[in-house]
Amino acid sequence: MREIRELLVNKIKELLDNGTVDRVIGWKAGEFCYDVTPAIFTKDDSFDDFLFNGFCGANQSKYLIEETKAPGRDEPEKGKILVLLKPCDSYSFNQLIKEHRIDREKVYALGVPSKGMLDVNKLRNMGINGILGIEEDGDMVKVKTLYGDKEVARKDLILDRCRCCKGSKHVAYDELLIPEAEEWEKDTTDRFAEVEKLEQMSAEERFDFWRSQLSKCIRCNACRNVCPACSCRTCVFDNANSGVAAKVNADDFEENMFHIIRAWHVAGRCTDCGECSRVCPQNIPLHLLNRKFIKDMNELYGDFQAGDDTETKGPLTAFTKTDAEPSIVYSRGGDK
Amino acid sequence: MYKISMDQIDQLYKAIAEFDALYLPIEKGGEVEFYPYEEDAKVRLDVLHTVKSAKDAFLPTTENMMKFKVEGKKIEVEEVDRVNQEFVVFGVRACDARSFSILDKVYLSDPVDTYYEARRKCGVIVATACSRPEETCFCMKFDIDATEPEGDVVTWIEDGVLYWEAKTEKGTALTEKVASLLEECDTAAVDRQKAATKEIIDRLPLNSMDMEYLKGADMMTLFKSEKWEGLYKSCLGCGTCTFVCPTCQCYDIRDFDTGHGIVRSRCWDSCMYRDFTMMAHGTNRKTQLERFRQRFMHKLSYFPINNDGEFGCVGCGRCISKCPISMNITKVIKTLGGDN
Ligand code: SF4
Ligand code: SF4
Ligand code: SF4
Ligand code: SF4
Repeated sequence: MREIRELLVNKIKELLDNGTVDRVIGWKAGEFCYDVTPAIFTKDDSFDDFLFNGFCGANQSKYLIEETKAPGRDEPEKGKILVLLKPCDSYSFNQLIKEHRIDREKVYALGVPSKGMLDVNKLRNMGINGILGIEEDGDMVKVKTLYGDKEVARKDLILDRCRCCKGSKHVAYDELLIPEAEEWEKDTTDRFAEVEKLEQMSAEERFDFWRSQLSKCIRCNACRNVCPACSCRTCVFDNANSGVAAKVNADDFEENMFHIIRAWHVAGRCTDCGECSRVCPQNIPLHLLNRKFIKDMNELYGDFQAGDDTETKGPLTAFTKTDAEPSIVYSRGGDK
Repeated sequence: MYKISMDQIDQLYKAIAEFDALYLPIEKGGEVEFYPYEEDAKVRLDVLHTVKSAKDAFLPTTENMMKFKVEGKKIEVEEVDRVNQEFVVFGVRACDARSFSILDKVYLSDPVDTYYEARRKCGVIVATACSRPEETCFCMKFDIDATEPEGDVVTWIEDGVLYWEAKTEKGTALTEKVASLLEECDTAAVDRQKAATKEIIDRLPLNSMDMEYLKGADMMTLFKSEKWEGLYKSCLGCGTCTFVCPTCQCYDIRDFDTGHGIVRSRCWDSCMYRDFTMMAHGTNRKTQLERFRQRFMHKLSYFPINNDGEFGCVGCGRCISKCPISMNITKVIKTLGGDN
């Protein structure tokens, strides 16, 4: 990772110096090595605390909505912004362009490689706490803690979403940091395996599963605010005139409704970037709702990956004569 | 001081639950929160930080305040009963325990919030001392002693034994009710634990954070700092930091037409939200920078200015581990102070 950081910082400085871009959304080191924050760097900033390590999981594409907005009346015109896209982020980037939410002309996209990002909570779940330092060393990760040093396999710390990695190819970029990045050796799991497990449950079991998860929701909106598909100017849940606006969940129904509405709204637009589940303070597996939709759409309308390109219409916004009839839902075992 | 073996702890829970509603850190769906005790609950007294803090016990996420019916010019108001049954919150850590006194300063000063007041009167706090702090803990920065939390009863867990000491009248009354399960003992084990924990606390990384400059700092200088610009940028404006925070205290009030009358309820609010303090003329914090600044100015400047210098943070570290983009109050403190 350290070599990649070197390479990356040099590339960024080059692009800033030659005027391709005037700022970059980068990564700023924190106190604990895992608390990396997205931050804007310009030419005059020191890059000493610029970081690129396994904890740079956050998908930065959504920041481009704000960053590429036309300037306000008294604001100066801004130049291009450099964004660092991991392969999975590039799908969200495309999807946002497709939905006219970001101005492609104002962005220079640099594809950065990923070998799977890390999740510090996995360490905590192993009972490792008091974490003072984490160093990636090939296949291993060395952890310094208040209570002694530990060594764990890197693959055991991989973010869940990276276990279902879409691959190391970027679908959008102006330039690649490492043009021939190799596919990383991953411990892949089929991304629909968990959905299938849920499908095989009885309706009651499935309801119980979702209640046990959704009842934890504190309605902090982290899932919504981080989601690149949730880019409405005013969310229906924030719109006082919508009749469903609420700041907290008052009961079970609201807990369920918020998530069901959200899942429907991002259906066909969700790229399965996994940010919702990554940020949820309650670790609710929200991605399973979205994946159920993806799986159903794939089965009903043919395979589709949101964000694959910037033109193809999504299965729920395109009409074709070969579209499945609603009755197929019943034949697949849905309740009438 | 009394003790009870952790093997028998379930009996203690049951005994308390027989006469009081009992809230404990309980694991459900893989996460730990304060939930009402029930048999077979997975109690996790070992967990330092429930996702939400213990504040829920006194300031629930949502509550009904009153109901009223409007007929022509007549308004009929129906009061909602205040809590009047004793309840016990068990397993509160020192940081959360201190947060109650911060909330008291807001809710018990004139005009007294009677909903909160009723819960405070009825609530008995059984605090638990920490022996394995997290790297994110910085309670010591606010002179909170994690080995000696504030509470009606204080407990320490060491080597499979729970030590118990009543600190207030309420605590003594509770102790008497469960006395048959407790055994008298000396303080040797607890003293040893305290000394060991203090050594760990001295080594916590956030000790190095400089907060001195904030004491008596000029409000407008902090407010106008150019550094907010670099800090707020990546904030998503979600409410995670406010909703997990034990000291965040803002709420929103709304009237809801049930078709049979109006219910007035309140719920937690977040200054990070765009519609926070929305008024007829709009909102007075139009940008995320202003909203972000509000949260931290409140804790680090406005609150201490109005409360004898006491900060509106207890250093629990929840915002450090839960913010989706890893922005948090310690980064704000360090950056504003220039120690970055
Ligand atoms: S991030 Fe988690 S807790 Fe927050 S609103 Fe979404 S599901 Fe609920
Ligand atoms: S600081 Fe973090 S947790 Fe708080 S509103 Fe911003 S993004 Fe959300
Ligand atoms: S601001 Fe952060 S550390 Fe301070 S009390 Fe709130 S959640 Fe805890
Ligand atoms: S902040 Fe202090 S009191 Fe709170 S859990 Fe950590 S060590 Fe314990």
